[in-house]
Amino acid sequence: MSTATRQSTTGAAGLGTPGGVEVRLEGLRRSFGEVAALNGLDLTIGPGELVALLGPSGCGKTTALRVLAGLERADAGTVVVGGRDLARVPAHRRGMGMVFQAYSLLPHLDALDNVAFGLRLRGVSAAERRRRAGEALELVGLSAQAHRFAPQMSGGQQQRVALARALAVEPSVLLLDEPFSALDAKVREQLREEVRRIQREVGTTTLLVTHDQEEALSVADRVGVVRAGRLEQVAAPQELYRRPATPFVAEFVGQVNRVACEVGAGGAEVLGRRLPLLPGSTTTSGPGTALLRPEDIEVAPEAGGSSGGAPGGAGARGTVVQLVFLGAATRAVVQLDGGGEPLVVHLAARTGEHTAPGARVVVRAAQVPVLVR
Amino acid sequence: MSRQPTGTDKGTSKGAGPRTAVVVRWVVLGVAAAAALVPLLAMLDFSTRTPTGGRSGGAWSSLTTDPDLSAAILVSLQLALLTAVVVVALLLPTMLLVALRLPWARQPLELVCLLPLAVPAVVVVVGVAPVYAWVVYLLGGSPLNLVFVYAVLSLPYAHRALAAGLGGLDLRTLVEAARSLGARWPDVVLKVVLPNLTGAVASTVVLVVAVVLGEFTVASLLGYDTLPVAINLVGKRDAELSVAASLASLLLAFVLLLGLSLLPVGRRRRAAPAAAVLSPTPAAPPGTGAPS
Repeated sequence: MSTATRQSTTGAAGLGTPGGVEVRLEGLRRSFGEVAALNGLDLTIGPGELVALLGPSGCGKTTALRVLAGLERADAGTVVVGGRDLARVPAHRRGMGMVFQAYSLLPHLDALDNVAFGLRLRGVSAAERRRRAGEALELVGLSAQAHRFAPQMSGGQQQRVALARALAVEPSVLLLDEPFSALDAKVREQLREEVRRIQREVGTTTLLVTHDQEEALSVADRVGVVRAGRLEQVAAPQELYRRPATPFVAEFVGQVNRVACEVGAGGAEVLGRRLPLLPGSTTTSGPGTALLRPEDIEVAPEAGGSSGGAPGGAGARGTVVQLVFLGAATRAVVQLDGGGEPLVVHLAARTGEHTAPGARVVVRAAQVPVLVR
Repeated sequence: MSRQPTGTDKGTSKGAGPRTAVVVRWVVLGVAAAAALVPLLAMLDFSTRTPTGGRSGGAWSSLTTDPDLSAAILVSLQLALLTAVVVVALLLPTMLLVALRLPWARQPLELVCLLPLAVPAVVVVVGVAPVYAWVVYLLGGSPLNLVFVYAVLSLPYAHRALAAGLGGLDLRTLVEAARSLGARWPDVVLKVVLPNLTGAVASTVVLVVAVVLGEFTVASLLGYDTLPVAINLVGKRDAELSVAASLASLLLAFVLLLGLSLLPVGRRRRAAPAAAVLSPTPAAPPGTGAPS
């Protein structure tokens, strides 16, 4: 793109590919010896979308990102970016920007020269690349640190420079490989909000790989949960959390209680309610285990220390065995009278204040669709 | 009149320990300097002494006028330079390849590079003599042919110096970052790896130069006139000139070493003003949440 065109069409600070491009990963397979890191992974990322790949260590999410970047070769499958098959395109010609988990600034260059490095490789004139690198540093709020070297910057600042460097080359796709995991909690939160702001401003199609579900749910347009080299589910964060497609997704994303239930006729009897089944349920009749979020369990004091008390009359009785004050809410652990796994429930702040360990309660499922395995 | 104790007094009374340490430090330094300098001064003394007990710079001025010696100096310098280039050009890409793509080959490579240390020079000559017959047949009898065997003899030192430099870098991440930014492999080596290995490459060159300037056995047995061989020959007819040449080669090696060791300082100097100007840390722009 010529300078004139670029200046007139690009977004924030003249960075990124306007509107982004579509990315399609189809049937990706990659093995390392006996271990299959990718086992037929399919994923489509819309133009300008930010998709997070979430999964436990060794599930293949980083391998997928590296295959997309061209740093790893797939044994099978295709990578299509903007309608172009990149199978034979080497990493340095893919035009992507990448931010790594490890600090990756070139130690012999200052922040400005680091950001300008990709432009220098593209033969951009010295004046132009200084201007564009300066814009990119301004975008990440580090103009004042332009002449600092990596050892003179904090981890958060280094990752911001790495982000500016990745964006300065106007990448077709921005790849973020656990970029916040080496940072402390507060900086991590600040930086991920900033990345989201910048990504929205620039509009570059982005793939984020993380094992931190809070990170994935808070910044991504859609989240893909990877397990054993395949995608279990790709959905908007709310849908992923509320309507998990498989028991693995339900158990991996957020917290769930495993409650014994009876399944039949498209529903399940769980803690005194009949709940509709979510499509991914693996048990459709007979005894099963319902996966219930803590906030989907209603708790009420047992009336007069005897029977009854739960809203609607039905429910299971139990004893509060542990309370953890969380500020806006209180997490309570309830042991049901019938035994089994203790339930984790959330109490509203006021209710929590008036509840003590040993209190008798009645618990009941809220009226929500439930996944049963 | 009684004198009030002052801070200085306190410092003096408590300063006996540190002062002793300083004295010990200077004594150790003095002994070490004497051990290094006395032989050199003795060489200087001998090379400038005349048979009648006077002083003369004749031996030193003959360094450049003696045709055998000046030719040998030129050959050794050419050999040192050529060997350093060959060793760095061969070993650095190989070590990069092993570090990035063939990690299983790291130990075998190290073993191969260390082998010349374990093989006596005489044995090396016996081994390479038939090879050198072919080298001479194909390339002629130039003493620069020694670059092949000198490259092998330099491998243990060069490998250690480069390995130390590479070990200090997160090589994989830097290379992948550069690749993702559009760097071809030559760009990766020249614009990313080499600038960050200036110190290691300089150390390698210093060591290679030292090996080449000091190597006698192989050159002598293969019949080439390098500086150490020439010094040995000159010593048989003119002891003062021989010692002057030895001292000159030592000083030359020292100057080269000093010059090469100063190379990476340029980069450090470049970083220093930035640190000075930007310290203390300026406030981050609003909304950036720049951490300390």
